[in-house]
Amino acid sequence: MEVKRISEYVWEIPPTEKPGMLVPARIIASAELLAEMDRGVFEQVTNVACLPGIYRYAICMPDGHWGYGFPIGGVAAFDVKEGVISPGGIGFDINCGMRLLRTNLTEAEVRPRLRELVDRLYQAVPAGVGVKGFVKLSRSQLQDVMVQGAGWCIRNGYGWPGDEGRIEDGGRIAWADPAAVSARAVERGIGQLGTLGSGNHYLEIQVLYPENIFDAELAAALGLDRPNQVVVMFHCGSRGFGHQVGTDYLQIFARAMPRYGIRVVDKELACAPFQSPEGQQYFGAMASAANSAFANRQVITHRIREVFSDVFKRDPRELGLEIIYDVAHNIAKVERYTFDGEEKELLVHRKGATRSFGPGSPGLPPPFDRLGQPVIVGGSMETGSFVLMGTRQAMEEAFGSTAHGSGRTMSRTAARKKTHGRDLLKRLEEKGIMVRAASYEGVAEEAGFAYKDISQVAETVDAAGLSRRVALLKPIGNVKG
Amino acid sequence: MGGYRFLEDVAIADVAFEAWGVDLADLLSAAGEATFAVMADLAGIPEELTRRVRLEAPDPETLLFAWLEELIYRKDVDAVVFSRFAVKVTEGPLLRLEATCIGAPIRQDQMRMRADVKAVTYHLFSVERGEDGWRARVVLDI
Repeated sequence: MEVKRISEYVWEIPPTEKPGMLVPARIIASAELLAEMDRGVFEQVTNVACLPGIYRYAICMPDGHWGYGFPIGGVAAFDVKEGVISPGGIGFDINCGMRLLRTNLTEAEVRPRLRELVDRLYQAVPAGVGVKGFVKLSRSQLQDVMVQGAGWCIRNGYGWPGDEGRIEDGGRIAWADPAAVSARAVERGIGQLGTLGSGNHYLEIQVLYPENIFDAELAAALGLDRPNQVVVMFHCGSRGFGHQVGTDYLQIFARAMPRYGIRVVDKELACAPFQSPEGQQYFGAMASAANSAFANRQVITHRIREVFSDVFKRDPRELGLEIIYDVAHNIAKVERYTFDGEEKELLVHRKGATRSFGPGSPGLPPPFDRLGQPVIVGGSMETGSFVLMGTRQAMEEAFGSTAHGSGRTMSRTAARKKTHGRDLLKRLEEKGIMVRAASYEGVAEEAGFAYKDISQVAETVDAAGLSRRVALLKPIGNVKG
Repeated sequence: MGGYRFLEDVAIADVAFEAWGVDLADLLSAAGEATFAVMADLAGIPEELTRRVRLEAPDPETLLFAWLEELIYRKDVDAVVFSRFAVKVTEGPLLRLEATCIGAPIRQDQMRMRADVKAVTYHLFSVERGEDGWRARVVLDI
């Protein structure tokens, strides 16, 4: 496949490379990361470039890897009138995302209590296969969660006033339609609020060392304001509720496609016109699942505040456990962009990609209207994670998007063969990282060597202008599903 | 006799497997086992409970997808892991599946659990009938 270099970090596959491509496919990567990308990325990003109504180009981020349908790291924008919506461009884990909390504590204060803290967090935030959360919802309460998102939690005692302002879209997507959600999705999700999940989902205690600050002013503006500061980051989504919404609509769209004359090369790219009844129903169901994911992360935030308060015998407000930000990295939204002087309304799909709105972008509340939107890029449990800031250039070149993680380079079975979870936990403990996991084998699957170098990913999106590095956070404690 | 193997380096963040069986029922049973083997070490799962599943579908592809989707759904709703299946498929205007799923409630502290399966995907999804029986390829979202 011909891959042309457009600039140092932008590579393009022209539409002549595959029958049916409507626009070019672009990969944002350093030469080194591009060389490491598996062949699935090239196939999948060019498949996305064939979907009806795609605008300008299909994009894959530097952490991209072979997914199902879209590549992970995929970004695609569709004309809202002529284009499609595709559950495969969002992923089954609707609004899988990252949340970062700050504290006033330093590593020196936390280290002596670290084991207790990790154990208590493991108990308070259930992780792994088949666990239930502590919030018992009735069906009508789950409907309220679908519509109100994080706000429902805050009004019901699981949060603080002001938390919403630190969550993408205020923790509530306005176009949720619970009537478009199946009874199966409700059954599957009703007991799972406040659970972490498994796979690459985690909850981590991290430290901001002074040498890992890239932009001190921005860091301070976000609340990263003291040497060796302890923060808490976690990665999770809409759990079985969202997984079922994705599953339901994938089948609905697969059946509907012939009616709309749509053919796709991979059935996982099943889609429907955005303006069709099926398209609009999925959009409403997806928003309901997205709001439940915001609620899930809000309830987990509440549990974290409780645990820190219990362990340190201080009020969580006094401990400064405020939200720095919360991002969604599996979602589709209608957004406005100006290209060549013309304003366009586009349905932007992000599957394993983070919104990276720059300063002055519409819809950002203070202080982010001035600073830009914070971006949280989670790494493996060994390497650390990045906080970055959205840029105007991301708006111009990548539909306001950037990377979301470090990206896998090794299969789960291969990782499991290479190390045993118990040995890995021991090695991590020797390095000062305390891990509690629901599954030893799950730990082995998430070993650092199974991932790309996150620093390279962050460096690339920074150099490519899609987001600016603010700080690197290093793990000292980890709860894994 | 049915069986399965995991495929390396296909959709690497997720899990792909190939399953086979002498007939369609055998294939469905093997694919069910493969799906739960992603989530737990099946050797350590006691046989404590059974659940009945009945499904109908117009073709083998739709039936396999619906079967795995049903198993993933029950895993979350009932918090159970299944390690063995007795599957019967009868042909007619529709394919009719009747299955007994055997397993246990999930107890993390007593079972070797692995990664949760979120969904069955259509990516590279295939069901084929060959001279020596049935074969399928499935990618599961983790």
